Amino acid sequence: MVVRVQEADFEVGTELAALRRDDPQIGALTAFVGLVREMNEGAGVSEMTLEHYPGMTERALQEIVGEACRRWAVLDALVIHRVGRLLPTEQIVLVAVVGVHRGETFAACQFIIDTLKTRAPFWKREVTPAGGRWVDARAADDQAAERWQE
Amino acid sequence: MSRWRDFDIKGGQLKILYFASLREALGCGGEDVALPAGVADIAGLMAFLAARDEKWQVLRTRRNLRYAVNQEMARLDTPVAADDEVAFFPPVTGG
Repeated sequence: MVVRVQEADFEVGTELAALRRDDPQIGALTAFVGLVREMNEGAGVSEMTLEHYPGMTERALQEIVGEACRRWAVLDALVIHRVGRLLPTEQIVLVAVVGVHRGETFAACQFIIDTLKTRAPFWKREVTPAGGRWVDARAADDQAAERWQE
Repeated sequence: MSRWRDFDIKGGQLKILYFASLREALGCGGEDVALPAGVADIAGLMAFLAARDEKWQVLRTRRNLRYAVNQEMARLDTPVAADDEVAFFPPVTGG
């Protein structure tokens, strides 16, 4: 179970290989990569800056991944989230889960990204032709996280 | 170590942090505050800060403000004590 918050980009293939470690028990790997879009709320986005709460961010991610590993029979999970300045098409976040079967890895991966979006202390500030603006939390994200509540 | 013990004797300090749009609105990323007498929870601390400085009224007027105590999400009635780290911030938008 690895959680990393970093400015540097990540290489998905390298990260997934490290997560698998050629473990022959693993029959399924689900990965999600979040990317910077060129449009948001009807405006062009030329760049984005991600701020976070050092310390709490890592704790929150550990808790979310730990909860996923308890709820579903998975073997391991990984979250890498970038901070700092990012441009359209750049990678923001990688969530990956390995397990014996795909049902559990799909569910755990979706739970982690949905929960991260409402519980991990990151904030996006984007630059549009009208200037800089903080991205508003989306009701759809709250709903996506709520459906996982037991 | 001895310096922190001195703070304890005086009643202790709170480390307060502000993030994102709230940090910008306040023009301040954080501050150390002596734990005010009578402040026992998040609601009390917000009332104290808002009364102290007009600009900090934003803590009362901002919709959907979030708070954390010692890096755990908190509620208005979450206790606040000496040496705690308290953070105020808008809803999160990562991922």
